[in-house]
Amino acid sequence: MEKIIKGKAFVLGDNIDTDQIIPAEHLVYSLTDPEEMKNYGKYALSGVPQKDAGLPNGGTVFVDDGNYESRFNIIIGGANFGCGSSREHAPFALQVAGAKVIVAESYARIFYRNSVDGGFVIPYDTPQKLNNKIKTGDELEIDLTNNRLKNITSGDEYLLNPLGDILPIIEAGNIFEYARHNNMI
Amino acid sequence: MGMTITEKILAKASGRNKVIPGENIWLNVDVLMTHDVCGPPTIEIWKREFGDKAKIWDKNKLVIFPDHYIFTKNPQANRNVNILREFASEYGVENYYDVGTPRYKGVCHIALAEEGYNIPGTVLFGTDSHTCTSGAFGMFSTGVGNTDAAFILGTGKIWEKVPESLKFIFNGELPKYITAKDLILQVLGDITTDGGTYRALEFDGEAVFALDMDERMTLTNMAIEAGAMNGIIKADEVTENYVKERSDKQYEIFESDQNATYHSVYNYDVTNMEPLVAKPHSPDNKDTVRNVQGTKLTKCYIGSCTGGKLSDFVNAAKIIFGNEVKVPTFIVPASTSVAQQLEEETLNGISLKQIFENSGCVVAQSSCAACLGGPSDTIGRAVDGEVVISTTNRNFPGRMGSKKSEVYLASPYTVAASAVTGVITDPREFL
Ligand code: SF4
Repeated sequence: MEKIIKGKAFVLGDNIDTDQIIPAEHLVYSLTDPEEMKNYGKYALSGVPQKDAGLPNGGTVFVDDGNYESRFNIIIGGANFGCGSSREHAPFALQVAGAKVIVAESYARIFYRNSVDGGFVIPYDTPQKLNNKIKTGDELEIDLTNNRLKNITSGDEYLLNPLGDILPIIEAGNIFEYARHNNMI
Repeated sequence: MGMTITEKILAKASGRNKVIPGENIWLNVDVLMTHDVCGPPTIEIWKREFGDKAKIWDKNKLVIFPDHYIFTKNPQANRNVNILREFASEYGVENYYDVGTPRYKGVCHIALAEEGYNIPGTVLFGTDSHTCTSGAFGMFSTGVGNTDAAFILGTGKIWEKVPESLKFIFNGELPKYITAKDLILQVLGDITTDGGTYRALEFDGEAVFALDMDERMTLTNMAIEAGAMNGIIKADEVTENYVKERSDKQYEIFESDQNATYHSVYNYDVTNMEPLVAKPHSPDNKDTVRNVQGTKLTKCYIGSCTGGKLSDFVNAAKIIFGNEVKVPTFIVPASTSVAQQLEEETLNGISLKQIFENSGCVVAQSSCAACLGGPSDTIGRAVDGEVVISTTNRNFPGRMGSKKSEVYLASPYTVAASAVTGVITDPREFL
C-alpha cells in the first residue's frame, strides 16, 4: 500500500450525512457487478447542497457530469462526518469515485467503522478544524507513516491523529483480510 | 492524568495500563449478543468470510435472543427465527432463548440483565444500537453492525476507538414524580442527538445512585439517542446485589479517577426538575409536559427495553389504579420475567396485571412489539393520523409504524396519566 497519498482536496462542511454522501434513491445498484457499481461513483456526494459542495466557494461538483470518477481524491470534512443512516454504501461510493482519504474533525461511529472494516477509505481525524484552512483544489500530500498532511499549494503542514491499531487493517485491505494475514482465521 | 471508568475498562480489555481517547485499540470481547433481525445476516457474513472451518470463538460467550419480530405471520420474520434456531442447534449454542419454549425471554437488553450476562468491568458487544443499556452495570457495552459482529463471532476480538467522556451529575433527591426517563430527556434536550457522537456518557451523582437497576438502565439505554458509543454508571451495592442474585461470575468494579479528563461536565439539581416529553419527531425535541398538556391522543404505549421494565409498570399502575383509560393503551412487558412479575406484584392487594386489565388496557406478550413498528400485524403499531404517547426511546418519523403518526416520548407516570385522561397530562395531578 502507498505510504504517501497525493491528490486534490475537496472540502466540505460539518455534519455531512450518509444521505448527502449517497442519496437513498441510488442504493439500488449492485455492489458487486463492475459496470453497475460504477454508478456509486457517479452519484458520490451528489446529495450535498450546491452552495456547500467544494468549499470555500461552493458550487463545485465532486464528480463531473458524465464521469464516474472524481478529480479529487482527498476529502476534507468537519465535525460528525458520516452521520445519519448507517448504510455501508456511503464509504463504498466514495471509494468507487476514487477517494482515498478523508480528513475530518470527527466521525459518526458506524461510518468510521464501515470505512475501515470494509477497506473503503482511510478516515483520519484531526486535533483541529481543517475545513476552514484548506481550499477545494489545493494539492495535498498525506504521509501515513508520520501522520502528516502537507498542503503543497499553501505550504502549510498539519499533524493528524495516529490511526493506531487500525493501520494494519487498512494496509491489509479490510478486517477479514487482516485476520487472515494474522492467522486469526 | 487519571482515567474515566470507560477508559479503565477498555484498558483492561485491551491488555494495556492506559488508553487515551482517540486511540484505536483491540479489545477482547466478553459477550456477543445478537437477535432475530441482525443474527441471520451476521451468521451469513461469518460463514462467507471464515469458510468451511468457521468456528464460534467461544460458545459460552455468544447469546442469542429472538425478540424483535416474533408474534407475526410475516414469512421473512419467521424465516429469520428459523435460521437462528438451526444455527443454535447445529453449533450447539446453549445461550439461545427460543421463542415458543419456556426459555423465551423477550427484549434482549433486559434479558441480558435478568439472565446474568451483565457483569461489572466486562465488555459486551451486540448487534443492536441499544446494547448501550448494559452500561448501567459498570461495564462497557455498545452496538456494532453485522460485519463487525461476524468478525467477533469468529475471533472474539474487535477494535474500537477509545471515546472521550461526558459526565452528567444529578444532585439532590428525586421528586416522586420524576423518573430516569425525565432525566435522560433533559440530557438529550441539552446535548442533542449528536452531542454524544463517538463519546461515552457517564452518569453520576446521588440521584443516580438512588435509582434501582431498572431505572439506571433507562438512562444508559438512551445514550445512543445522543449518538454516544456507550452510557455507563459505576457499579455499587445495588448493582452487586442484582448481579450476585443472577450470576456467580467474578467481577471487577471500576470507577473514574478524580482527575480524569472529560470533554464536558454537566451538573443538574433534580429537586426542581419537572416531567418532560420529547415531542415529535426527535428524542432531543424536549419540552415540559406542562407546555404540551391537553394534546389529544389516540393511543398510549408502555413497553420496550426503555419503558417496559417492572419499575415502569409499578409507576404506571400507581396512576392507572381505579381509573379507566380513555384511549387504547398497550402494556408490553419487556421480558417474560417482567410479565410474570406483573401477575405477582400487587398494589392495594391487586396484581398489576389485574389493575391494567380492569382499567381497560391491553396487556400484550413480551417482545419489541410496536417500539419499532414491525410487520403490519404487530400489536400496538401506530397507523396514519395517530397521536401516540409512549415510554419507548425513539420517535423519528415512522418509528412506531406510520410516517403519518406523531409520537411523544415520556415517563411511565406521564403516559399513565395521559391514558387516564385521553390527553397529554402532567402526572403531578395524580401523585
Ligand atoms: S424494545 Fe425497541 S429499542 Fe428496545 S431492542 Fe426492541 S426495538 Fe430496540
